[in-house]
Amino acid sequence: MKQISSYKLSKATAAPIVIYLAGLFVIPTTAWAHGFAGSRFFPATLTTDDPFVNDELSLPTVSSMVTPDEGGTRDTEVAFDIAKRITPNFGIEMGESIINLKPPGGSSHTGFGNLELAGKYEFLENDEHELILSLGAEVEIGGTGNKRVEADSFSTWGAGLFFGKGFGDLPDTVAFLKPFAVTGLVGVAIPTSASSRIVTIDATSGEHDIDVERHPNVLEWGFAVEYSMIYLQEQVKDIGLKAPFDRLIPLVEFAFETPLNRGEQGKTTGTINPGLIWSGKYFQVGAEAMIPVNTRTGNDVGFIAQLHFYLDDLFPRSLGRPIFGGNK
Amino acid sequence: MNRVIISLLLIGVAGSARLEAHAFLKTAKPAVGSTIQTSPGEVRISFTEKIEPAFSTIQVFDASGKQVDKRDVHVSRSDQSLMVISMPPLQDGIYKVVWRVVSVDTHVTKGSFTFRIVR
Repeated sequence: MKQISSYKLSKATAAPIVIYLAGLFVIPTTAWAHGFAGSRFFPATLTTDDPFVNDELSLPTVSSMVTPDEGGTRDTEVAFDIAKRITPNFGIEMGESIINLKPPGGSSHTGFGNLELAGKYEFLENDEHELILSLGAEVEIGGTGNKRVEADSFSTWGAGLFFGKGFGDLPDTVAFLKPFAVTGLVGVAIPTSASSRIVTIDATSGEHDIDVERHPNVLEWGFAVEYSMIYLQEQVKDIGLKAPFDRLIPLVEFAFETPLNRGEQGKTTGTINPGLIWSGKYFQVGAEAMIPVNTRTGNDVGFIAQLHFYLDDLFPRSLGRPIFGGNK
Repeated sequence: MNRVIISLLLIGVAGSARLEAHAFLKTAKPAVGSTIQTSPGEVRISFTEKIEPAFSTIQVFDASGKQVDKRDVHVSRSDQSLMVISMPPLQDGIYKVVWRVVSVDTHVTKGSFTFRIVR
């Protein structure tokens, strides 16, 4: 494989690239991007992926929660995600995380999770009804993470439908409900391995113990219900909120996984995450509690927090634009 | 990871001289969703960013959907983030203000709100 660092551009190759990059900086066209549908601004949600094709960067997303593994293992993750528009309606995403697992009474292990790649295509946007629909596909590439943090040795493919709907089209008699919006997804994750054999050796007896861990197909579903103070102040009623409260978006996210086969079907896990997002000009910050919905998920409340950059606002003439096709 | 964070901070600092963003409505007069007792001589909307006048509009409609403003929308000379449109004398009723603006970094935003006149 050719190393990127050793690749040298020929003059013939470089000329169009230079012209294109120059064009990115000087050609004035209008830009939407960012999470908009009509007059509705949607923030980037923390737990459930939103339907927008964007230029954005989450760095970092920090989460911590005690899982039932080995009687209560604290799983702490620091994640990095970047999304880039290729065309106005199609974008790619890449994510990586550093994971720390701390079993009760045991020593902790730290390592990388598997690399995640994704693509998303926005196929419907209705401004009047603040509606947006997208299709996405993703892959978690097996073997790219560290086994000590239980990164899978096999890949998992996924596909899903993403949706967003603002309620600004409600009648004026219920105007104070107009700032409500919902985003969410329904998808399926399909591992490339049906099961794994885990061999352990008893230190005293020397006997081999073989466990079979099954990897079912999983239905991934979730949604976020949000109430935008930005929308309230801008579109409904100026109630005199001052900074920073005029940029707050309280929300509750619901994130679930339901195995579909291999003896695990119906054993849903998930969390309900109430929290707050503050959206500024160039970035947003958000924090949520993670409340497990059942003991299969966990027994203690965890948390997730995120710093998220709007690359289309930070770099509107370069990195924050689609590579092809201009802005819509 | 530290190198990535430092690089991003440097990029952000280096690019900060030309930073603009989406224009959101900051304040409006008459205020969003307000009830007033007199007909306003004009509608003024202040945005969070500077506006491109050639691509930005404000329209005001009455309850029947008829456009009632004087169609002279303009950006303030002293404040490029302030848009103003003149209004004729208005009867009591509900009026809808519809705006669509392009900020100087070419981002488009739009929205609408109502105000009510009750004498």
